[in-house]
Amino acid sequence: MAEKISNKSVLFNPFSKNNPVIVQVLGICSVLAVTVSLEPAIVMGISVVAVLAFANVIISLIRNTIPTNIRIIVQLVVVAGLVVIVDQLLKAYTYDVSKQLSVFISLIITNCILMGRLEAFAMVNKPWPSFLDGIGNGIGYALILVIVAFFRELLGSGTLLGFQVVPQWCYDHGYVNNGLMILPPMALIVVGCIIWVHRSFNKDLQED
Amino acid sequence: MLRKYLDKIKPHFQPGGKLSAFQSVFEGMETFLYTPRSTSASGVHVHDAIDSKRVMIIVVVALLPCLLFGMYNTGYQNSLCSGVEMSFWEMMAYGFLAILPKLVVTYVVGLGIEFAIAQVRHEEIMEGFLVTGILVPLICPVTTPLWMLAVATAFSVIFVKEVFGGTGFNIFNVALTTRAFLFFAYPASMSGDTAFIASKPICGLGGAVTYTDAVSGATPLGQLASGADQITNAVGDPVSTWQAFLGLIPGSFGETSTLCVLIGGALLLLTGIASWRIMLSVFAGGLFMGWIANIFGTPTYPASLLSPVDQLVYGGFAFAAVFMATDPVTAARTGIGKYIYGFLVGVIAILIRVYNNGYPEGAMLAVLLMNALAPLIDYCVVQANVSRRMRRARSNS
Repeated sequence: MAEKISNKSVLFNPFSKNNPVIVQVLGICSVLAVTVSLEPAIVMGISVVAVLAFANVIISLIRNTIPTNIRIIVQLVVVAGLVVIVDQLLKAYTYDVSKQLSVFISLIITNCILMGRLEAFAMVNKPWPSFLDGIGNGIGYALILVIVAFFRELLGSGTLLGFQVVPQWCYDHGYVNNGLMILPPMALIVVGCIIWVHRSFNKDLQED
Repeated sequence: MLRKYLDKIKPHFQPGGKLSAFQSVFEGMETFLYTPRSTSASGVHVHDAIDSKRVMIIVVVALLPCLLFGMYNTGYQNSLCSGVEMSFWEMMAYGFLAILPKLVVTYVVGLGIEFAIAQVRHEEIMEGFLVTGILVPLICPVTTPLWMLAVATAFSVIFVKEVFGGTGFNIFNVALTTRAFLFFAYPASMSGDTAFIASKPICGLGGAVTYTDAVSGATPLGQLASGADQITNAVGDPVSTWQAFLGLIPGSFGETSTLCVLIGGALLLLTGIASWRIMLSVFAGGLFMGWIANIFGTPTYPASLLSPVDQLVYGGFAFAAVFMATDPVTAARTGIGKYIYGFLVGVIAILIRVYNNGYPEGAMLAVLLMNALAPLIDYCVVQANVSRRMRRARSNS
């Protein structure tokens, strides 16, 4: 990269101004799939943060030795190795959540946020900024995941993290959980609403 | 007198007046009551008495037969199931009291959102919700809870209409989106055996309905989808095609009577508001697919055993064909495109109805699906025309 970017903005920019999900619109597939309830969304978010940070560091360390024409394969091998480790850890310690997330942990390999960061940042930056970049983008992704999952679980199941939040009193008086919130289309609409709110606070992001 | 009053309060709403924030509300009301004074001053315009408010009013008038019959049918079904004798006027009054809160809720929520957004954007208030507000209660089961109706109306007005730029820019039919939202969000309240008959006495009219083996509120198509041999009404008597045509069957409020739908449709065609191309081709598509399904009818898909004509009179098919598919904003706009669009609506409606036992009625989903495809159809028709003329121009030169 030509201009020098401070480590601080590397870490904090992806939270809002350059958020991978709501500004770059990457990684939408997993946002639709794992946000039915809060718990898998949090676990997924943490997994992506871990994989992204370490993949960034590893790629950044070996960036000068990777031949340009096979760099994508090298990146994939690194990510795949990390994802397998995360997958095994989840299976060992949080078996239920890992079953809920099923194939989506493995699909972190193909998550465009990872490929994007490795290709655009880790290949041309030193390990420490790359690590911060990985953490920042991972948290930016996890943040959106958690917000979407919060609304979907609250309105779709009346629970948060599995605890009943909507009181029984409401159900007795005719309240019914919104079944559409459980279905993927609503995740897209919730993401759309987040983008809407976000852009109306950040006028410089609005396109014509 | 009203004119004088309006003129008196008008200065308050002009820019600089103390109520200038509500200018669009005032203008909306003024043009609703009187023909606007400001007319086009320059350029070529078609001079005609018709504007979108007149169009909307005619559609509302065309919906009145369905609305009135829906009131009668609601009272009739309740009387039939609860065993309480009611006179004709009592049935009408019962149905009126059952539908009134729904109309009020839909209009208040929908118009409220439209007014609010028009104020924020400093635009004129559009009259698009006038028709939507009456359509929504007509296509929902009579027992739909009011708060669900409010949530669904708000959802579809915001996300299907206002997000895309307001009246005239919506990509999907707003009323049908409301219905689809209700159907997918609250399936238990929107389908099944107990949703379609008003089961409580209202203001001392009607009686409480208790569902037993002898009394079931399932719609004809619902009965078929759950594997019944014969279509019966709520108390177990068989239903003929003629009765279904008249509409004395359980169903969503205003769509049961094919006869009243056709009266409304005739009015729309006579005034030239709805496209006869679309209406005709929807029915043609429905008959065609009903005929195909009937030829390959199997007991696995019980609805395929219905005759093609029966397919048209049951469920919301006729209502969707006349009032939903012809919505000028969301339908195809080219001549040939309208035929293709309508035909596919008919085919898909019957296809979903027959071959998916989970969805007893497919008209709603068919229209929404074709709404999404209408611009594509138009594009193809226009491009085909362009390339044909290009070829002709080249062969001539």
